[in-house]
Parts: sequence; structure tokens; C-alpha cells
Amino acid sequence: MKDVKVLGPGCAKCKATAEVIATVAKETGAEIALGKVEDIREIMSYGVMSTPAVVVDGRVVHAGSVPGRAMVEGWLK
Amino acid sequence: MNVKTEALRAPATLVWVGGVAAGLVVWTLLYSQLVPFSEWAVSLLPLERHSHLGEAIAFFLYDVPKVLLLLTLVVFAMGVVRTFFSPERTRALLAGRREGVGNAMAAALGIVTPFCSCSAVPLFIGFVSAGVPLGVTFSFLIAAPMVNEVALGLLFALLGWQVALTYLGFGLGVAIVAGWILGRFRLETWLEPWVLQIHAGAAGPAERVMSWPERIRAGWEAVREIVGRVWYWIIAGIAAGALIHGFAPEDLLASIMGKDAWWSVPAAVIIGIPLYSNAAGIIPVVEALLGKGAALGTVLAFMMSVTALSLLEMIILRKVLSAKLIAVFVAIVGTGILAVGFLFNLLFA
Repeated sequence: MKDVKVLGPGCAKCKATAEVIATVAKETGAEIALGKVEDIREIMSYGVMSTPAVVVDGRVVHAGSVPGRAMVEGWLK
Repeated sequence: MNVKTEALRAPATLVWVGGVAAGLVVWTLLYSQLVPFSEWAVSLLPLERHSHLGEAIAFFLYDVPKVLLLLTLVVFAMGVVRTFFSPERTRALLAGRREGVGNAMAAALGIVTPFCSCSAVPLFIGFVSAGVPLGVTFSFLIAAPMVNEVALGLLFALLGWQVALTYLGFGLGVAIVAGWILGRFRLETWLEPWVLQIHAGAAGPAERVMSWPERIRAGWEAVREIVGRVWYWIIAGIAAGALIHGFAPEDLLASIMGKDAWWSVPAAVIIGIPLYSNAAGIIPVVEALLGKGAALGTVLAFMMSVTALSLLEMIILRKVLSAKLIAVFVAIVGTGILAVGFLFNLLFA
């Protein structure tokens, strides 16, 4: 079970990011707990400066854009 | 394993680079055929070429493909260039930099660093908490939205490279000087108190070296996203511009937007503040206004105000800046834009 968080203040790209991750997890059968972090102070505590960002098991793997499917598949393996 | 992936990667790179070369050839062919195409298209229509309507339609059919072609090229090139930069890398370059040099670097980096105003707050805090001086941070935040690829690409397409370059130079000038002045005021105490207590984790995402296919794909993504978002504004703007071009009398606007009407510069700045991100639709209209006697300085001041003083960004930044600091920010940037407008109207009389 991977703990996946999408960091972002609720902008359109942040929602798109969460959707891509949810879709890929469903298709590959990967077990994840998908959460959102919208509080700016909490976002900053990860050292991220551009949103949307993605955190997998406490590690920042991506920041600044909606990730592609291939990237998401790599994180969920 | 490594040898195998290398062998697989090399042809992929060739395909992508070859694709870009082929794209450039097609682009050049299309661009060279713009005038014949528009004349041919107008000749098919049952109307007099030199009538008002004929002029307006010829202008429209020439300008729309020309602007979209040039914009696509500029946005693609910028999309590729931006893959070499990131907010994290820019912050590392700026941290601890002296004012002056730091302001100039921040403004220049503002052009090439990928930035969206929805990330303005995390970026602001990330910069300040990492030791980037407040004034230097402001130089970045002023330049990033003002000197953007859509504004530069459209100015280049519609008004020529001289105007685009002038806009670039004066845009950077306003960002550097306004940021430097804001820094001199020592306004750190005017930040919202919680901002200074944040210790942003310095980790950030791991830097990854991108391959050329990935960079090219990023450029193409930028084209799809930006051109996909603004093309209808451009067509609407050019249509309005074409009507003005064909029907409005010469010098109609000389009295209200000409260089002799000094108050038109502040009026242009104030009108520009609530307008946001429709620069794409405004620039084609602006071109037509210029043709009818509006002064270049007034028009540039208007564009800078639309892009650099956006109400939306102020609302976003209100989370981290006190209202007093925002007022000072608007006053200083607004004064800089006014100066550019007046200077231009004076120089290019």
C-alpha cells in the first residue's frame, strides 16, 4: 500500500493530477491511499515551490506540472 | 542493460529531432505562402478587393495564420528552453545574491523559469525562506508574468521585432528597478507574520536530467496548452482589429489615444489592472489602434499593466503580503509603467 499525496491549492491542474493517479492505480491494480494537501503551510513543509506536486511515501517525486501516465506508472510500481 | 537502453534511445532521439526539422520546413513553407494565400482566398469572394470590407477580410485572412504560426514557433522554442530551468534551480541561483545584480538576474530568470501565477504563493515563500532578498523576489514576480512568451510572440508577429525587443528591454527595466526600490524600503515586517516562521524544506523533488525527446515533447505540450487556450482570443481580437482597420477613419484615435493626450497613459494603466490573461485578444486590437493614431507608449503601458498588475495575482499574493505592501507594490510598478509610457511617447514623437 503506497501513500500518495497531491500537493496543491485546489487548482485545475491539481485535480487533473489526482485524476491521472487514480485512473492509473485502478487500471494497474496498484493499492494506494490517495490524499490531497491543500494547506499552503503544509505544502511548503515539503520544500515544493511549484504545484501540483506529488509525494509518494513521504518523498517528493514530482513538481510543477500534471504528470504523464508513464511517470505515474513508474511511481506506483 | 545500459548498452541496450542506449541503443534503443538513440533512434528515438533521431526520430524526434527529425520530426522537429520536418516541422520547421513545413512551417517555413506555410509562412512564405501567407500573402499569396490571403490574396487567393479574397479573390474567391464576390467582393471588391479595395472596398472597406475587402480590406478588412484580406487583413483578417493574412493576419490569423501569420500570428498563429509565429506564436506556435515562439511558444515551442520557449517550452524547450524552459526545460533547462526550474523554480528550484532559479532559487539556488538567487539565494544570498546581492541586490542590484540579484535584481537583474531575477528579472532575466523570470522570463525562462516555468511559472504559473497559481504557484505565486509557494514560490514567493520558497524564495524568501531560502534567503532570496525580498526585492530580488519581487523583480522575479514582476518580470515572470510581464515578459511572457505570448506577449513577446504576438508583439513580434504583429508589430515587428523592434517593438518586441523594446518591450522586452523596458519590461526587464521596470522589473529590475521596481524590485530594487522595494528592496530598499526594507519591508520584511510587512509580510504576513506566519510567512517568516515557515522553514521550507529544502529537499524538493530530485533533479532529473531530461532527454532531448522529453524536452521536445515539453515544447509541444506548451504549444498545445498555450495556443490551445488563447487561439480563439486571437481570432476574436484580429476580427475586431480587421473591422477597425477597414472601417475606422485614419486618426480617429489620435485625439484620445495619441501622444498629445497625456492623460491617456495613466488611463491605459488603470484600465489594464482588472483585465487579466486576455493579452492574447488585446494585442491584435492594439495593433489596429496603433494604425489609427494611438501612441506606442500608451499602448505598451496598457499591455504592461494588463500583464504585470493583475488583480487576480494580487488577490493570490494577499495571503502572504499585507495590504500595505501590495499597495506599495502596485504604486511602484505602476509608476515604472507610467514612466515607460511617457518616455516612449516622448522619444517616438
